[in-house]
Amino acid sequence: MTAPQSSADTGSASSDDLGDKSPAGPTVGLFVTCLVDLFRPKVGFASVKLLEAAGCRVRVPRAQTCCGQPAYNSGDNDHSRAIARGVIEAFEGVDYLVAPSGSCAGMIRAHYPDLFADDPEMHLKAGALAQRSYELVSFLTDVMDMPLEAIDARFDGAVTYHDSCSGLRELEIKQQPRKLLSAVENIRLTELPSAEICCGFGGTFCVKYPDISNKMVGDKAKDVVDTGADALLAGDLGCLMNMAGKLKREEAPVRVYHVAEVLADMADGPGIGETEAAQVQAMHEAGRE
Amino acid sequence: MEATTRRFKQNAREAMDDAQLQKALTKMKVGFVERRAEARAGLPEFDALRDQARDIKNHTLENIDFYLERFEGEVTKAGGQVHWARNAEEARQRVKDICARVGAKSVTKGKSMISEEIALNGALEEAGYEVVETDLGEYIIQLRRERPSHIIAPAIHVLKEQVADDFRAHHIQFDQARPLGEPRQLISEAREVLRQKYLDSDVGITGANFLIAETGTSVIVTNEGNGDLTQTLPKVHVVIASLEKVVPTLDDAAAILRVLARSATGQEFSAYTTFSTGPRRAGDPDGPEEYHVVLLDNGRSAMLGTEYQDMLRCIRCGACMNHCPVYGAVGGHAYGWVYPGPMGAVLTPSFIGVDQGGHLPNASTFCGRCAEVCPMRIPLPKMMRHYRAKEYEEGLAPPAVRFGLDLWGFLAKRPRLYRLATRAAIGALGRLGRKRGRLARLPLADGWTKHRDFPAPEGRTFQDQWDAIGGAR
Repeated sequence: MTAPQSSADTGSASSDDLGDKSPAGPTVGLFVTCLVDLFRPKVGFASVKLLEAAGCRVRVPRAQTCCGQPAYNSGDNDHSRAIARGVIEAFEGVDYLVAPSGSCAGMIRAHYPDLFADDPEMHLKAGALAQRSYELVSFLTDVMDMPLEAIDARFDGAVTYHDSCSGLRELEIKQQPRKLLSAVENIRLTELPSAEICCGFGGTFCVKYPDISNKMVGDKAKDVVDTGADALLAGDLGCLMNMAGKLKREEAPVRVYHVAEVLADMADGPGIGETEAAQVQAMHEAGRE
Repeated sequence: MEATTRRFKQNAREAMDDAQLQKALTKMKVGFVERRAEARAGLPEFDALRDQARDIKNHTLENIDFYLERFEGEVTKAGGQVHWARNAEEARQRVKDICARVGAKSVTKGKSMISEEIALNGALEEAGYEVVETDLGEYIIQLRRERPSHIIAPAIHVLKEQVADDFRAHHIQFDQARPLGEPRQLISEAREVLRQKYLDSDVGITGANFLIAETGTSVIVTNEGNGDLTQTLPKVHVVIASLEKVVPTLDDAAAILRVLARSATGQEFSAYTTFSTGPRRAGDPDGPEEYHVVLLDNGRSAMLGTEYQDMLRCIRCGACMNHCPVYGAVGGHAYGWVYPGPMGAVLTPSFIGVDQGGHLPNASTFCGRCAEVCPMRIPLPKMMRHYRAKEYEEGLAPPAVRFGLDLWGFLAKRPRLYRLATRAAIGALGRLGRKRGRLARLPLADGWTKHRDFPAPEGRTFQDQWDAIGGAR
């Protein structure tokens, strides 16, 4: 195995011995994100599958933990910088950093350079990483121009989609997931009227101001149920865990998946906050097969 | 004015338990948001105008000493007088001095947030003047002895049925059995009551949306015309405005006006846009005999040259709060001081200190909708984050939060240790949640599990699974 630093510093096609399916494609370093790593590894595998289907060679740099956003949004700039430095170093050897999260990708793209405003050398490196960092779905559409035929997935039922705030407003992700979802066999997308309104997660916000967060996610859960959709999708695990937690607490018959799981045809198992047995029971209660 | 911002959490809880308030907020959210979106869609150059508006204010703030002196010079030339006030106390005193000198008994007022900021009504009433708010919303909350809950719709938290009750209680000159179920009936009655107040008034006080340096003009925008009656009928017109209201030219004001009403109410222009330059001149058919401008600093000049300077571009349209999910959940009073919503989350700690106002910049999910709609392109979340950093640096962040961040930061900087620690924790959580896929209670996470389940982890981290299949590093 080649060490991360030694290969693919330009992304040129003349690559070495990684044994890739598609030697012409760029090398993508998957930024797993801490939440996917810990709570929903399946989203990571779905991401790898999609990136490979789009022609990328995927590596997962070992020295990654988190993007540093919890510290950054809490005003703890020292820890944020230390963590950002680690990410910048870990991803030096890849053509792109791709994360299955608009929030983490937004942190790296929009905020890493700001963190090093007073450190010219790091500022340059942060800027360089920022420019080649993307959220997964928008990377597939906007950079890889992934053909819809490359999406090999089926989902039986109606889904609705929540546009997570960072992806929507920092990275302008709106049509990209809808475009790829349109290639999923048998899926029906019912738009969520409040799709662009925050679900109330907000990182540490949801535990610092739990009552306000609850009001926001309660309104969101109601809107989701009102669409009549079988499943709720979004591109950020934090928001998804928040919304799934509320929907499950209220025993709403709505499954919750990361959009990558559906696009990678990996959404046949339990949704977020469910087990196989619980899912079967819930579906029976909802009068479905 | 005493702030209750430190009790923000409690204020918020009470607001969320208030069924009438929640009903009023639900109505408000839809109306303002839809109307702004329509107005924006109807003006293709809207975003370009926002850039222009931002640039005008940035230029003004960089040269604010020059433009304020120019403004003062032009006001003086037009026969008016500028009074500088460093703080609320000085501003109140300037207004009281004017009222005393002209022997006023009755004062009418147009809508002004500066008046709220300096707590002018209470000071004037204490000094023995009758004070009458003439903006309908302000009039309603004056009767109710409340504070505005929104900067452009001060009585947005009040339902029309409550207004009818208030009118019956206060307007005892009318038949108790009169119908007041329709908004039109309420408006007619308020108009009838207020008409005489305008005529009896000795001093009319208004705010200002702009102060124009090249002409010494103050500008107000209203939808009820009450501002015009307030400033033209009494013998004395007093404008109270803060420093950052100044713009260089009439053209600059016109440019910003194009984004103001659209952002605020979704109108192309407010019903009345009124320019006042000095007192009545010889040959003028009407107008006040005296024209005064009380220019308030109250913490603004201290924001110049800091990371909060951009906030001084604010034109008080209210779009940020109209689009804010936190404001939409708790309403304006919960914020506990004068300015609510995202703009209040920056202004409150700026004006009364981060020790008092510190909750507000924290009580945001950073969803970014405020900055997205701000006509002046103020990076509101960024400034809230600056306040969080300031709190953190000054050791004001709660100890539990600090401890958690330190521990987590310690691990996050050390990938190997992080993996060992998370492997153990996630394994344990996975076993706990295996049966239902979720946890109804979780130690140290009451804030989460009080209201929602916690989705259980699969049990093995992605990193470990990736290693297990020999994935590329």
